[in-house]
Amino acid sequence: MHSVEIKNLDLHFGAVKVLQDLNLTIARGEFLVLLGSSGCGKSTLLNCIAGLLDVTAGQIFINGANVTWAEPSDRGIGMVFQSYALYPQMTVEGNLSFGLKNARLPRDEIARRVARAAEILQIEPLLKRKPAALSGGQRQRVAIGRALVRDVDVFLFDEPLSNLDAKLRADLRVEIKHLHQQLKNTMIYVTHDQVEAMTLADRIAIMKDGKIMQLGSPHEIYNLPQNRYVADFIGSPSMNFIDGRLESGVFRAAGIDIPMTGYDFRAGAASDGKVVIGLRPEHIATGDALASAAIRTRVKVDIVEPTGSDTLIFAPLGGTSVHVRMDGQTRVNPGDEIEIGILPGRASLFDRDTELRL
Amino acid sequence: MADRVAALSGPQGPRPRRRFSRRNIIIYGTLAVVAFYYLLPLYVMIVTSLKGMPEIRLGNIFAPPVEITFEPWVKAWAQACTGLNCDGLSRGFWNSVQITVPSVIVSILIASVNGYALANWRFRGADVFFTILIFGAFIPYQVMLYPIVIMLREIGLYGSLWGLVIVHTIFGMPILTLLFRNYFTSLPEELFKAARIDGARFWGIYFRIMLPMSLPIFVVAMILQVTGIWNDFLFGVVYTKPDTYPMTVQLNNIVNTVQGVREYNVNMAATLLTGLVPLVIYFVSGKLFVRGIAAGAVKG
Repeated sequence: MHSVEIKNLDLHFGAVKVLQDLNLTIARGEFLVLLGSSGCGKSTLLNCIAGLLDVTAGQIFINGANVTWAEPSDRGIGMVFQSYALYPQMTVEGNLSFGLKNARLPRDEIARRVARAAEILQIEPLLKRKPAALSGGQRQRVAIGRALVRDVDVFLFDEPLSNLDAKLRADLRVEIKHLHQQLKNTMIYVTHDQVEAMTLADRIAIMKDGKIMQLGSPHEIYNLPQNRYVADFIGSPSMNFIDGRLESGVFRAAGIDIPMTGYDFRAGAASDGKVVIGLRPEHIATGDALASAAIRTRVKVDIVEPTGSDTLIFAPLGGTSVHVRMDGQTRVNPGDEIEIGILPGRASLFDRDTELRL
Repeated sequence: MADRVAALSGPQGPRPRRRFSRRNIIIYGTLAVVAFYYLLPLYVMIVTSLKGMPEIRLGNIFAPPVEITFEPWVKAWAQACTGLNCDGLSRGFWNSVQITVPSVIVSILIASVNGYALANWRFRGADVFFTILIFGAFIPYQVMLYPIVIMLREIGLYGSLWGLVIVHTIFGMPILTLLFRNYFTSLPEELFKAARIDGARFWGIYFRIMLPMSLPIFVVAMILQVTGIWNDFLFGVVYTKPDTYPMTVQLNNIVNTVQGVREYNVNMAATLLTGLVPLVIYFVSGKLFVRGIAAGAVKG
């Protein structure tokens, strides 16, 4: 049985169509990340699942039950918000138990659940404090605890780490992953941070303009982007795109020909015409890796950006400027000429009109 | 420590501020003049109310009283005559209390729920409802006077204190609802969402989440209503009878008596007595008032 199932979901605010004919099924225990830039409808979709927004059309099932018209509290979900949304006048304990008191649970049951959540999240010493006396990381733990005590099957996270500083974000990210492995709940997680998405997700749904552009494992999303938008969105620094033509299996652009041997074309997609090739900066071979590259060419280095672990260079190629990721120990200066290699098997080809993968 | 200070030369530590810079003199000078301008009438009223009539007849209105007497205050409170009654302002004071307390409580309760519903529960027609309500704030009172007389007469409340309470409650509704709606809109929406997921319903969220966070705006609303209703003259004179006149109407009747000598000291004392309640309210809650206005009324 699916944990969450969304069928033909539409949501309009007046004339604005925020979500359009959206379909999504999420397996039990899956960690699904909704990823997209702001305004793509990912938070709106989460609010629809939570029941905080009325849908315009379509259905939502949670654990096989049609909850399209159900109250948020009756859907078997817990939700964690970006701004924590802790009740400022209540203690941590009051925050954790508020929902349980509303559900009229017996007092010893409430105490038991609060104690368990506090133990899992290691917030026991904070139970008597008010939210104002907590740090950002502690507040977010309490917010997660509030979802935890509800003993639900589905957790919804709405950009929970966006308000935290970088170090804390990385720590709490690991904790959320750990929590998922421990609890094995279904989790739906909204973020605009692709690192969070890649590290946490079992599957990622990349959204744009209220539609899912691609749904797949992080590995698929990264290696086999189905369209140019996804290819551009995932990866940092982002993929290089070179405009050219495909002529009987050979990609031709200004000053470079790349025979696409080893590229896995879709059935019937390898027609000649205007295409764009996508090369990830880390998939352009330099140094020792050159040996494995089928096509090699020499380029002149324009700009060098050392980051410590890697060194990024800009170099002109095929009529545009490409980013190349080199080993951090390489010594390279602007104006140097270096040899780079391209692996057609790792590249992505898109039709220039439809922007779909070939 | 001394070495460290000695080692530095040039400007260090907090920048020194001159007490009598030109800027300060202009600012404080202006403030002093304005304060003087506003306080002068108050001063005249207080000193006059403490003088006896012979002293007032000398005509030195700025001179402090030679012989301080509280006789005018006692007379204003307990003996001054308005029409047939000669029990002073005290009757009007208690009438005003009986009008103000229920009006303030009822209007704030209703308006806060209105504002909460408009801000957080976007029901169908909410915008239309809100527009109509705000439009109500711009209708001149004079237009409504007579229709309301007829309505109160039909429900048998004309001339009673409760009739006036209803009128004040209704007329306070637009501005108070706007005030509360803007305040609740400024509270984080995610709190409301979290409470809904936690299973709280309309009243649960109102009482358990919203109310505890809204003390400043309740204080603002209370001050607006107490001063507004206490100072009201028009509705008081139209919708009540001599027995139930509020304090402002009685004050007018005392001050505007045409018979006998004009007792300026009693008039001043009566006016100060009437203004005392709003004055006390401002002094007690001024700080909260400013904070609440800044939090709710301006933003939103």
